[in-house]
Formats: sequence, C-alpha cells, structure tokens
Amino acid sequence: MSNRVAFRVEGLTKTYTTGAISVQALRGIDLQLYEGELVVLLGPSGSGKSTLLNILGALDGPSTGHVFFREHELTGMNDAALTAFRREHVGFVFQFYNLVPSLTARENVALVTEISKRPMQPEEALERVGLGTRLNHFPAELSGGEQQRVAIARAIAKRPEVLLCDEPTGALDSATGVTVLEALYEANRDLGTITALITHNVAIRRMAHRIIRLADGQVVAVEENADRMQPSGIEW
Amino acid sequence: MRALDRKLLRDLRRLWAQCLAIALVLGCGVMVLVLATGVERSLRLTRDAYYDRARFAEVFATATRAPKELLPAIARIPDVALAEARVSMNVVIDLPGMEKPAQARVLSLPAAGAPLLNRPTVRLGRLPDPARADEVAVSENFAEANGLTPGKSFVAILNGQKRELRIAGLVLSPEFVYLIGPGALMPDDRHYGVIWMNEEPAAAVAGLTGAFNDLGLRLARGASEPAVIAALDRLLAPYGGTGAYGRDRQVSDTFLRGELDQLGAMAVILPPIFLIVSAFLVNMVLSRLILLERPVIGLLKAMGFTGREIAAHYLKLSIGMGIGGVLLGWVMGWWLGAQMTQLYTEFYRFPYLIYAPGTASFAISGLMGLGAVILGAFRAVRSSARLRPAVAMLPPTPPLYRRGWIDAAAEGLRLRQTTMMILRSITRWPGRAAVTVLGVAAAIAVLVACFFTFDSIAAVVDEAFTRTNRQQVTLHLARDVPAAVKDAAAHLPGVIRVEGAFGLPVRLTSGWRSALTQVEARDSGDVLVRVLDESGHAAAMPPEGLVLPESLATKLGVAPGDSVTMSLLAPPRESFEVPVSRVMRQSLGEMAYVSAPALFRLMRQAPQVNRLNLLVDTAELPSLYAAAKAAPAVDGVLLWTDIRSQFDATINENLTRTVVVYAILGVLITVGVIYNAARIQLSERSYELASLRVLGFTRVEVGYVLVGELMLLTLFAIPPGFLGGYGFSALISAGFSTDVIRIPLVISRRTYAIAGLIAFVAAFVAALLVRRRLDRVNLATALKQRE
Repeated sequence: MSNRVAFRVEGLTKTYTTGAISVQALRGIDLQLYEGELVVLLGPSGSGKSTLLNILGALDGPSTGHVFFREHELTGMNDAALTAFRREHVGFVFQFYNLVPSLTARENVALVTEISKRPMQPEEALERVGLGTRLNHFPAELSGGEQQRVAIARAIAKRPEVLLCDEPTGALDSATGVTVLEALYEANRDLGTITALITHNVAIRRMAHRIIRLADGQVVAVEENADRMQPSGIEW
Repeated sequence: MRALDRKLLRDLRRLWAQCLAIALVLGCGVMVLVLATGVERSLRLTRDAYYDRARFAEVFATATRAPKELLPAIARIPDVALAEARVSMNVVIDLPGMEKPAQARVLSLPAAGAPLLNRPTVRLGRLPDPARADEVAVSENFAEANGLTPGKSFVAILNGQKRELRIAGLVLSPEFVYLIGPGALMPDDRHYGVIWMNEEPAAAVAGLTGAFNDLGLRLARGASEPAVIAALDRLLAPYGGTGAYGRDRQVSDTFLRGELDQLGAMAVILPPIFLIVSAFLVNMVLSRLILLERPVIGLLKAMGFTGREIAAHYLKLSIGMGIGGVLLGWVMGWWLGAQMTQLYTEFYRFPYLIYAPGTASFAISGLMGLGAVILGAFRAVRSSARLRPAVAMLPPTPPLYRRGWIDAAAEGLRLRQTTMMILRSITRWPGRAAVTVLGVAAAIAVLVACFFTFDSIAAVVDEAFTRTNRQQVTLHLARDVPAAVKDAAAHLPGVIRVEGAFGLPVRLTSGWRSALTQVEARDSGDVLVRVLDESGHAAAMPPEGLVLPESLATKLGVAPGDSVTMSLLAPPRESFEVPVSRVMRQSLGEMAYVSAPALFRLMRQAPQVNRLNLLVDTAELPSLYAAAKAAPAVDGVLLWTDIRSQFDATINENLTRTVVVYAILGVLITVGVIYNAARIQLSERSYELASLRVLGFTRVEVGYVLVGELMLLTLFAIPPGFLGGYGFSALISAGFSTDVIRIPLVISRRTYAIAGLIAFVAAFVAALLVRRRLDRVNLATALKQRE
C-alpha cells in the first residue's frame, strides 16, 4: 500500500427513479482509494455499497459528483471509453460468479486474456487460485467455491490495477469462503492490485488495510486496520 | 375477466414484437391461400356466368365449305341443343400510320341480327345494321388499342379487295376472352382483332354464299361430347372438316383454364410452407416462454390449477398469436385478391367481373392457420402441463455442457472464446438450432423458387426466340400453295432468305389415346426455324417419321421407335401409320413435325406451303409490309421482334409484380425466424452477455456472440435452402405447366446467389435489430438478477 491516490471520489450522489418513486442510493460521498490497498466496504443492505462499487467500476454513472482514476475523470467518459477502462484496468468478482456456462474454466479465463494487453496465461491464473487441475471443467461441473475461484482467476488474469468484489463469499460456506479470500489476498499482495471488497461479513474486515463503513448512502466511518490478518486466520 | 386471462392479454402485449413476427409469417400463408383461391373462384364464377349468359358454344368445328343445307342434319345429331353456322376468314387491316399490317378475324353475324351462340356483348354503340353492308362491330381491345370508336371507318383487305368498313359498335365475346392471333405467343391488341360483319357481305367476300365454314354447337345436359364430335366429323368430312373439338381445345378457353389451374396450384403449393414455418416459430417462442414461466406454472399448480387448465392457458396464448396472423392474412388476401382479379382483366376481357373470394377460402385458411399454431404449441404446452409444482418452482438447472469432438477440433483451430460460446450453444441445443436452420432454409427455398421463374422464362425465351424461331418475319398465306411460291417470295423487298412451312391439322392416335394437334412439314435444310433435341440443341430433321414434343409424347404414351396413327383432318383426309423418330423440347405450344418430302410422299402430292419464314433486311421492312398488304395471298404478317418485345413487356410486368410479392414473403420468413431466435437468445443469455460487457468486451464484441451464432445458422441454412428451392421449383414447374406453356426446370447460379444473399442480409438486419437491445441492458441490474 502506498500513499498515492488511485481513486478520488467527490460529492458523489446517485438517485434511482422508477416510475413515481425515486430512491437516493448515494447522498454525497467523498472518498479516496490508494494504490495497492485492500479495502473492505461494510454496511447494511441498501447502504449504497454496490452502487458505489458499480460506479467505481464504470458499470454505472453517478447522478452528480466526480470520480477520478489517477489523472482521468471517469464521470463524463462515453460508453466506449468506459468499456476500455473496464477492459484495461478493472477486474470484477461477483456473488454469483457470472461464469459463462458454455466455457470451461480455462476458457472462461481465456475469454479475458484474449482481449487484454499483458495478461498472464490462463493456466497460471488458475494455478494461483488452486485450480490447476480443474482446467477443462465446465462451470456446472465445479463446486460453488471452485466457480468463484475461477471468477477470481478470470479477474486477475489480465493483471488489473483494480479488483472490485461484490460479496464474493456471499454464496459460500466458511471453509470455501476462506480459500476464495486467500486468492484475493494473494492477488493484492503479489500483484499490487487495488482491491475493494463488499461484504456483510464483518469478520472479513480483518484482512483489509482500511475499512469503509457506509450507511444510508453516506460514508459514516473510515478505519485503518493496524493488525491485518491472513484469511486463513479468519473464521465465521 | 379472470385473472389468468388478464395475464394472457398482458403476455401477448409484452411479446408483441415476437407475436408480430409470427403473425407476419402466418399471415403470408393465409394470404396466399385466400388470394389464390379467391382469385381463382372469382375468375371461375365470372367465366361461368359470362359463358352461360353469352351462350358460349361447347363444340367447335371448321370446314372448307359446307352447304347451309347440312345444318339441319347437324342439329339432329343426338344431344345437340343448338347449332349455328357462320363464315369466318382472316383479313389484313390497313390502319393509317401503322406500318406493319394488322390482322383480324372476320366472323359473320346472322341476317336475323345477334347470333344465338357466342353472343357478342355490346360495350359501346350497337351491332351492325343488317341493312348496311359496310357496318361492322370490332373487338373492344383492338378498338381501344387503335383509337377506334363507333362512327369511325378503317380499311380492310378482304380477299384482295380494299374495302372501307364503318364501326357500329365495340363488343366483347366469350370466344375471345383471351384474344391471341394465330401463331402469336402473346396477345397483341394493336395488331390483332376480331370483326363481326353481316352475313351477306362476309359470305360474298369469302365466296361462301349459301355455305359456311365455321360452326358452333351447344349440347344438351349430360351429352357425350366425344360422341357428338365423332358424328359431326362424319358429317363435315366431305366438306373439308378439320376435326371438331370441345372447349378444351378452344384457344381462349385453354389459356383461361391454364390460368385457373395455375392459381389452383399456387393455393396448394405455397401456403403449407408458410404454415409449417409459423408452427415452428410458435413452438420456439412458446417453449422458451414456458421455460421462463416455470415459477408461475409451479405457483399455479401449487394453488390448485389442474394441468389441463394450465395447458389451456398457454394454448390460448398461442391461439392469440395465431389470430393476429389469420386476420392479417384475411385482410391482405382479400385486398390483394381484388387487385389481382382486376389485373386479370388486362389480359382476360370480361364484360363484368364478379369478385367473390367465397367464405370457404377464409374458413379453410383460418382453420389451417390456427391449426399450425396449435400444432406448434403442442409440445411446449404438454410439457407445461406435466411439470410438477415442486420442480417448477425451482429455477431450471443450469445447462450442462460437455466436451466433444467439436471442442477438440475447435481447440486445434485456436478459436476465440466468444466463437467457442457460439459453437457450444449450437451443439448444446441442436434441436433449437435446427428449427432456426429449417426456418431460414424455407425462406431461401421460397426465394429460389421465386427467382427461378425468371430463369425459366429466360430459357423459354431463349428456346423460342433464339434457338427455334430465328426468322424475322412470318407470312401467313391465305391457302395452301405450291412450294415454288418461295421463289416469288425471294423477290419481295428486303428478303434475304425464304423457307416454307406447311401446317395441317391432324389427329394423332396411339391405342386408346389420341390428341388433336397441328403437324408441320419442314425441309431438312431449314436453318431459320429449327427443331431442338431434348437437351435444347438444334437437331436435324429426321428423313422419316414424326418429331413430337415431350408433352405430346407423354400424352400419347409413345417414345421414339413406337408408331402412331396420323389422321389428316384436311384433304386428302387419309390416315397413316407413322413412326415416332424423335422426342424434342418445346416449351411453348404443342406441335408435331415431319420432314416435308416424307409428308408429301405420304400425301402423294407435290410439296406445298402455307407459311413463309423470312430473313430480311430490316431497313426494307416498310416496303415488305406494303407488298404484303397488297398481296391477296398473304393474310397475316408476324414480326418476331414484335412478338419478342410484347412477350418481354408482358412477362416483365407480370413477373416482376409476382416476384416482388414472393421476395417480400421470403424476407418476412427470414426476419420472423431470426428475430424470434435472437429474442430468445437475448432473454436466455442476457446475464451472460451482460457479464461480457462487465469484463470489458465492447458492444460489437458482445453483439458478435449473439449475431454470429444466428449468422452461422443462416449459413448452415443455405445448402438445405438451395435443395428445398430446387424441389419447390420442380413442384412449380410441374404444377404451373399448362397445355399452352411448359415451365422448364432451369435454375441459374445467379438465382441461388441472390436468394442466399437476400436471406443473409435479412437475417443480419433482424439480428442487428435485436442486438440493439443489448445496448439498453443495464449492466448493474442485469448482474443482480438470476434467471
């Protein structure tokens, strides 16, 4: 972790309008994420965690406010530029893995390496998450934890600068969840990937450099984690 | 309204675009059925009503010169209800400003006024005054084409004498609903007409005072036409009878019947294709809908709805989809039918038109249309009824892919993963891919068959105008003359080469089969008019025996080597046993050929001709026309470039209209199939495709997965489409061939290429239309929902 700012978020608001009802998901967020850090976003359902993550990952745009990644302002970029940003800089890991069912583990990773500038080999990425022996299995032939690790392999295979994870262990039991967290921890440590991790699970905060707490669409607290733990030490 | 029915209406509204795509395809099938049967029925009703009111004769006969005293004997033939004789002759008409002489057939009107048979319907003016020798009535089409109106006069060359005739009225006749000159391939209203003249002057000119040379009969109900014809032939034989015939060989009626047969064939061949494709589409859409509706079905079952009630619900949904198509087809079919019936009056002249498509075609097409969708829905509906509630309420198990030979092959090719997704989707759901392929193949088949008509007509044109008839001008002679007339004709202005032809009516008999036709004698050295072998190449005239067109040989059940009895229906009226030496290709008309020396040897006569085929210097045509008008021996001039240009004009106008309609139908099928397939893909894979977008794939790259699969399937559809197109064209070739024209089964590479290209482009546009929806997918929300 360094002191250089990677993401700078200023006055971010997001309002969803469906019919006559509008819901304010974010109510003015100011935040900075640093190069190489692993942050955990905590907060109850509806606190705006996912909305914030989607905006950081250029999946969605804010209603007002600005987001800068290094010297580039994401807000105001067109769709093509946002796609390029995701393609070159961001890796995603979702609660439901989002693997392509018609592609094997290796092919799911290759999907991304084929469109990246300096990727690692799909085999290497899968090796990192401990799936070197399950290369030719289709998603339907893998357990939930294995599927999630394929998703992580797919996310890290392009050596992204940013890894955004939305409840990556949400659908997994404790033991399996730990193997997934280890994969994320190592990616952050070895590749220096800025990692933002959403969770409901407070135990997971212990592996973070910093913990950002959200409530009601606002940042209510930012804590530094002085005694980081390896995921193997975490239990829930 | 029950809640379940309200759901039904909302489902239909939600699926409107897919319903529309189905409705369009289904509507096409319904439309073609309503259109073809409607037009056929309307034309048939119009024809029957007209024939009945105008007392169209049922048996026709011509003779050289029969005394009027013979008429009572003819009327006494058992089952003859009415017999009427008249004078008929061909004349040349000299209209001011018209270089090429026009031809007309003159028919006499009885002294008492209007004839009893084949009564002309007066359209303008009146029939000629029996007291005025120079008054005539003229066929309406000829008058309209030449700006002739009652009160105007024109000059006709009657048996060598120029005579000014005054028009009393314009008429239509049931004998000339389709008016076509002798030897012509197409109607030419400017150059061929019919003139009705009082009997006395007509008979005087023709040298037939107190005699007749043309006869019409009406028969009693239930009469045996062959028996009457045989009796009539016996009576007329001494007077130069050339063989009586029924309506089946009457020129105008034959063309009209051919048209009605074609319309009937169209109603049988085309609609099933559209109905089958619609059934496939309904199946595709409903299967997918039921898959997505599994939780709803489970819920309904849990609430106590029976399988039967649920099946009925989805069946109603499919019928709802069908009703739109049926209504659309009805309206389009009714409207286009009225337009097309009207169009027929350009070629088929009726004094009135009855447009009555009839309720049967609506009922049948409606039942077939709904039947198609119900059949299409059957499998999907049955599976919905069989789902167990507990199973239904779980999300469907994710598709399990397995590696197979195709993966090994694909890996060897180092294909991109997005391409692998396409290949695996096809191999994982081969049934679904097959439906798409079959649908597009059907569209390609329709397109091939629709453009095939151009190839076929081009082949007919090539055969008729380039290979067979290479003369520029044909002179029809008023009577048979010695072949030496060729030398005289060679001295006519501009004539480069002269070949004579001699045609006479014959009856060919083989066993119990017989056919009335014309035999034409040719010299073996003829190069202007040629005989073609079965493959369409010029063939030498065999020194002995008959050359028969394929269709006639089939009718008679003979092949080269067999022999037939040829009875001459003109002097010397003898019968000969003649071998069949060759079977030839002939698309237009049905005529037999024989070498001139062989024929005249049989007839024990010196060679004669009654037609002259000329190669001329076209610059001299005006002088040739002038000479022809002045020559009493010539009663008609045919200019082949004219025939060709009329043929082209008529065909182009008619065919282009038809082809445009069918090309639209082909495109609609393609769009219907691909659009539905794409929508299904999109809804089933939106999650997967959204994931790709999240991973940084561009819209074009993600679109490739969707569009690429459909285009690959479209490519797969091309070979079976071509095969189907060939089969479909063969059906059309067989179903649409008539006695007048045979449709050769010739399909050019260009036709295949155009059909494939149109389907490909249509599929691409349809797929792109759906791809645009990908842009609207909200990435953040698409990832939250699990289907």
